[in-house]
Amino acid sequence: MIAIIVLIVVVVVIVAVLAGMYNSLVKRRNQVDNSWSQIEVQLKRRHDLIPNLVEAVKDYMSYEQETLTNVTNARAAAIDAGRRGPEAQAEAENVLTGTLKSLFAVAENYPELKANQNVIQLQEELTSTENKIAFARQFYNDSVLTYNNKIQMFPSNLIAGMFNFTTRQFFEAPESERAVPVVDLR
Amino acid sequence: MYEQIARNRRDSWLLAGLVVAILAALGFAIGYAAVGGTQGGLGLLGVFGVVAILWSVVGYYSGDRMVLAVSGARRVTHADEPQLFNVVEEMTIAAGLSRAPAVYVLEDAAPNAFATGRDPEHASVAVTRGLLERLDREQLQGVVAHEMSHVRNYDVRLQTLVGVLVGMIALIADFFLRWSFWGGAGRRRGGGSGGGQGQAVFMIVALVLAVLAPLAAYAVQFAVSRRREYLADASAVELTRNPLGLARALHTIASDPRPLRSANRATAHLYIANPLKKAKEATGIFDTHPPIRQRIAVLLEMAHVGPEALT
Repeated sequence: MIAIIVLIVVVVVIVAVLAGMYNSLVKRRNQVDNSWSQIEVQLKRRHDLIPNLVEAVKDYMSYEQETLTNVTNARAAAIDAGRRGPEAQAEAENVLTGTLKSLFAVAENYPELKANQNVIQLQEELTSTENKIAFARQFYNDSVLTYNNKIQMFPSNLIAGMFNFTTRQFFEAPESERAVPVVDLR
Repeated sequence: MYEQIARNRRDSWLLAGLVVAILAALGFAIGYAAVGGTQGGLGLLGVFGVVAILWSVVGYYSGDRMVLAVSGARRVTHADEPQLFNVVEEMTIAAGLSRAPAVYVLEDAAPNAFATGRDPEHASVAVTRGLLERLDREQLQGVVAHEMSHVRNYDVRLQTLVGVLVGMIALIADFFLRWSFWGGAGRRRGGGSGGGQGQAVFMIVALVLAVLAPLAAYAVQFAVSRRREYLADASAVELTRNPLGLARALHTIASDPRPLRSANRATAHLYIANPLKKAKEATGIFDTHPPIRQRIAVLLEMAHVGPEALT
């Protein structure tokens, strides 16, 4: 009799522990998905802002056609890369960030541009969107790290293997981009 | 640093427990002395418990609105303050919160900021006009990250609840002292039934407690507040990964001599820097904030730079 009770208790405890591990894996995976969608929202917002910016500056910067074309092309490439997974998208978005930086660097030479209220506003929005992308990426990568650790570490790796939890990719940032982007026109 | 955060968190809950213990001891002693015997003590303890819970519920649901109203904060939108609004959104994303707090501005030249609310879904961040005028974007980010940490760590809730309990201890002690002074104790002695020696001793204990309890409760509340300031600084760096931004912001705030007009004793502990009086070098037990120089020094150490980086 006692043996049966002990057996039942042991089984219940084991099931509870396994269920806890499973739930925690699901929670982590949802957090990863959720933080990824936050990055996508911000990338989309940047894609939407760029045509406005190009429109606002193109009359002032008619001699800088190449810089503007680079930005427009990089934007198109980034939108396209969005369909090929985090790694390809990270790369294309980093190229876009680079072209935007050179656009703002060139804009330094145009005093009328720096005084344009519309451009100043767009610049604040773009700066903020860059920051949001960086912070969303930071949170996404932290979430991926915790999730991947759980999947690979004993004992939750057993549950992860059984229910097909797979590790996720990081959204890599180039070394030069670690700092908050400085795009100051004033 | 993460160990430090964990220890801070544990300590501040211990301190909050201490406030509850002080309230319970006060309730029992007054009950024993004034109502009579162990039953009286437990009875009054129960009454205090119920009142404390009701009071906390009120504070829980409307404390943030009261604080915002008292400080004269005005709610702003993205159109009013684009940069402030954007920075708050950035920090919301960094903290992984699902909803950005409401943003408020106080029309006051002294640079300062605070957060309030009961949880991350019902939170508000308020900054002064002086802060917006004197801080650059990086510094503002540091300050908002500090406030966002208070929100994310549920400090705002802990502070509200501890504040409610401390206020209640002060009120009860005051009431009891007046009551015994105006002859309450004499009437009890005149009744003469039972009690006797034990009750007389408890009367003295209750009087001593009534004098000391509010002081002890305030000391504990401020200790909680000081720990939470360090914790929020550390968490802010975790969000921005930029200790220098917050260090430079605190430096700017500390070097401004003006006091904040709308702040008072009851709301002082909410602000990022003590809005009432000047920075000191050492910590006293009745300080709501750790010395700001010490906080800056800790942040500079995290950034691996010297004080020359501040200017």
